[in-house]
Amino acid sequence: MTENRELELYFHIPFCVKKCLYCDFLSQPASPLVQERYMEALAREALGRAEEAEGRKVVSVFFGGGTPSVVEARLICGLLQNLREVYGILPEAEITIEVNPGTVDAEKLSAYREAGINRLSIGLQSADDGELAVLGRIHTWQQFLETYYAARKAGFANINVDLMSALPGQTLESCRKTLESVLSLQPAPEHISAYSLIWEEGTPFYEMEKKGILSQAPEELDRQMYRETKRTLAKAGYERYEISNYARAGYACRHNLGYWKRRDYLGFGVGAASLLENVRFRNADGLSRYLENPLGCREQAQALTLEEQMEEFLFLGLRMTDGVGFDDFADCFSHSLEEIYGPVIEKNLRQGLLRRCWRMDGAGRRQEMLALTEFGLDVANYVMAQFLR
Amino acid sequence: MAVDQSKIRNFCIVAHIDHGKSTLADRIIEMTGLLTSREMQAQVLDNMDLERERGITIKAQAVRTVYRAKDGEEYIFNLIDTPGHVDFNYEVSRSLAACDGAVLVVDAAQGIEAQTLANVYLALDHDLDVFPVINKIDLPSADPERVKEEIEDVIGLEAQDAPLISAKNGVGVEEVLEQIVKKIPAPKGCPENPLQALIFDCIYDSYKGVIIFCRVMEGTVRKGTRIRMMATGAREEVVEVGYFGAGQFIPCEELSAGMVGYITASIKNVKDTAVGDTVTDADNPCAAPLPGYKKVQSMVYCGLYPADGAKYPDLRDALEKLQLNDASLQYEPETSVALGFGFRCGFLGLLHLEIIQERLEREYGLDLVTTAPGVVYRVYKTDGTLIELTNPANLPDPSTIEHMEEPIVAAEIMVSSEYIGSIMELCQERRGRYLGMEYIEGTRALLKYDLPLNEIIYDFFDALKSRSRGYASFDYDIKGYEPSKLVKLDILINREEVDALSFIVHADSAYERGRKMCEKLKDEIPRHLFEIPIQAAVGGKIIARETVKAMRKDVLAKCYGGDITRKKKLLEKQKEGKKRMRQIGSVEIPQKAFMSVLKLDDRK
Repeated sequence: MTENRELELYFHIPFCVKKCLYCDFLSQPASPLVQERYMEALAREALGRAEEAEGRKVVSVFFGGGTPSVVEARLICGLLQNLREVYGILPEAEITIEVNPGTVDAEKLSAYREAGINRLSIGLQSADDGELAVLGRIHTWQQFLETYYAARKAGFANINVDLMSALPGQTLESCRKTLESVLSLQPAPEHISAYSLIWEEGTPFYEMEKKGILSQAPEELDRQMYRETKRTLAKAGYERYEISNYARAGYACRHNLGYWKRRDYLGFGVGAASLLENVRFRNADGLSRYLENPLGCREQAQALTLEEQMEEFLFLGLRMTDGVGFDDFADCFSHSLEEIYGPVIEKNLRQGLLRRCWRMDGAGRRQEMLALTEFGLDVANYVMAQFLR
Repeated sequence: MAVDQSKIRNFCIVAHIDHGKSTLADRIIEMTGLLTSREMQAQVLDNMDLERERGITIKAQAVRTVYRAKDGEEYIFNLIDTPGHVDFNYEVSRSLAACDGAVLVVDAAQGIEAQTLANVYLALDHDLDVFPVINKIDLPSADPERVKEEIEDVIGLEAQDAPLISAKNGVGVEEVLEQIVKKIPAPKGCPENPLQALIFDCIYDSYKGVIIFCRVMEGTVRKGTRIRMMATGAREEVVEVGYFGAGQFIPCEELSAGMVGYITASIKNVKDTAVGDTVTDADNPCAAPLPGYKKVQSMVYCGLYPADGAKYPDLRDALEKLQLNDASLQYEPETSVALGFGFRCGFLGLLHLEIIQERLEREYGLDLVTTAPGVVYRVYKTDGTLIELTNPANLPDPSTIEHMEEPIVAAEIMVSSEYIGSIMELCQERRGRYLGMEYIEGTRALLKYDLPLNEIIYDFFDALKSRSRGYASFDYDIKGYEPSKLVKLDILINREEVDALSFIVHADSAYERGRKMCEKLKDEIPRHLFEIPIQAAVGGKIIARETVKAMRKDVLAKCYGGDITRKKKLLEKQKEGKKRMRQIGSVEIPQKAFMSVLKLDDRK
């Protein structure tokens, strides 16, 4: 059962050196002055909302973006310092920051470590400099190497590397090469996120596709790369625990698992979303408004009905390769999964899209799980949509 | 209060589509002062939402206004609106029968068009006095002198004193009103004769029952008159009579010979009232009914099915109500393996079909699946019997067919000379038989063709428009039946024949049609978890094939705390899309696929 007394914190840093061509996140370049004002606003929001977290154990903190590492280290570290005074951050909490090669040096990384940040997520995307240029990334493979080894030297023992596949012009061969390059790092990363590129509306990529300048990888190739990634990483000892996430044993990202298991989280910063006791809400997107009044930007509070909670339980839970537990569902909703979704489950089992299996959880409890099959993972939307009303 | 017959003018306005008929009607209503400007909606006569959106007038409607003429007398104008589209010749005909004269509106820039001619001839057939009005003189390209000559040369109507107007700006409308008084005759008929009134429209009102729109030819009808419908035999007592204000019914004491108005008689049964029927006094009947107007034949048939099978009774009720004021709509129950229970419906043309379909969806909240429209074929069997085939699925075994015939229309196409070549090419492609060509004036010609009806019901209008950049107009009349080499084209989806997609086609174009159908369906049918073959077959032989590839990938690579709500919306949209699908075997087919496969002209 989801630990309701547990809480995660997310901080959105909407700044970057330069926006990548495929990026649809809320992010933009900004002056150091604006960045500093923003970090102050973040602190104000976090402190002002502390009572919402009263009595909660904070199990993870995540600085995401944008590129949080463009901001001066003292601002990040200072914020974290302040947080510890008002939020019950557990000593063993997972504290992650996203960094991009070319935006950190040894000094910055050491500062992070000293402040208690214990997990690093590095945006690499590809080991091929040509592909990096197409994506509009600001760094090369060489710069990534420098960042990676500097992080190891600074003492980071839990590192994620972000990769992308199905890039315009990418071949199966170059996809393989990127994987090999990353696996040959000494020591290799504990965690790898490997995404199939999404062509989001409103991005330069999307426009370029409409004009015929770029084209999406054929589906068959996309799936070949996906399977290649899974095979190669499995051989190297990584478990795929979610559609796009792979980890060495014990290194799955606790923060992200929380999203899929519907653990409560508070998001701070522009556009940041939160889930608290089955109410979803978020801050508005405007930066200037946020700078002025960080505590007055909340909008769209949505209290989830029981039905919506069940729907989320499934379409989020099924993203994990372990799937969702029959007992967990029953504990949450006092109805069995079969009672609510019997026919849909039956149909998808028959079509080979879902499977049932037994699993032992960390506490040594054995329960039956409902999970997507290999094929089911490829067409996850098709399956998940059926669990909606 | 007796009405002076000599002060009544019953008339309609006829025009080619977009020449400004409705705008002129609005101005006439405005300038006769029955309404304040505040009450004026943009177009008073077009009171259905649908009409306003499409910009065309569908249903005949009437309005009574009072005009104080320059001679100092007050005249009652009964303006009866008519539709402008060729599909609705029947409705035009109904409206005309209630009039004594017609105002012909011609666009000062475009001049005479195909429907101008068709409508004028129709008006003359009804012995109406017609006078021309030249509209849109404010356009930079207006050339009223040329248009006057055209009217005199082509139609043979005196046009020298035709009012030159801009209905949009209200210019010259006063002169139109004066000419209505002078050029349109007062009605005849005697109020003391036995009642004889023509039903030219009717609507159903849930409080008043059926409301009959009629033109009294002879006699008088008032509250309490016991009336009889001469064709259906129904008898009722009149509850109320009245005339038409703009958008409302205004009760009055009586309707006498020459007047246009409405009658209610608590008629609950829709079938008792037939448009075209004659109303008489049950106690003092007239000798004979009025000649009904040209009875129309449904030209286009298709199957209409409720998307949700449980809504079948609702669809039946809706069709019954629609038929009441649209006698040209015909329907009978049928069943389809693919679509379940529905109706085979007959229409005047494809536009009529689309309008009925939209009205059913909009006014009655029904979600419909429409099958491929087809025409009525005559199937002569070897045993000597004749079948009028409206549903391709009912085609008998080919071995029992002696021969088949299809309906042919005489088509007139008016086109600028630069597009003659491409329009002739189009007619050839559609199996047209060239009859001749006349030049209207230096730059425009009238092309005459015999065309099979089934070649023009689908997308002929669209093709005509696109190949002439809009500079062609078109009108047709049914000519009769001719023998033809016809075959039934079947569509198989995932190796299952889908009866709702079968249609009849000329043997020579079967291959081409089959190929295009398959291509089109391939685009319409979403990918499934498995591969779906789409095949076209004639007599069990496959003549074309396409394949909808199996779905390989349908997954969101990322979903974190910030996008859960948005990602859920994506999934909901996907789920919503599925609801608009028809399950056939194990394949889900979007409802619009049944209709959109008809638009097959690739030269857009």
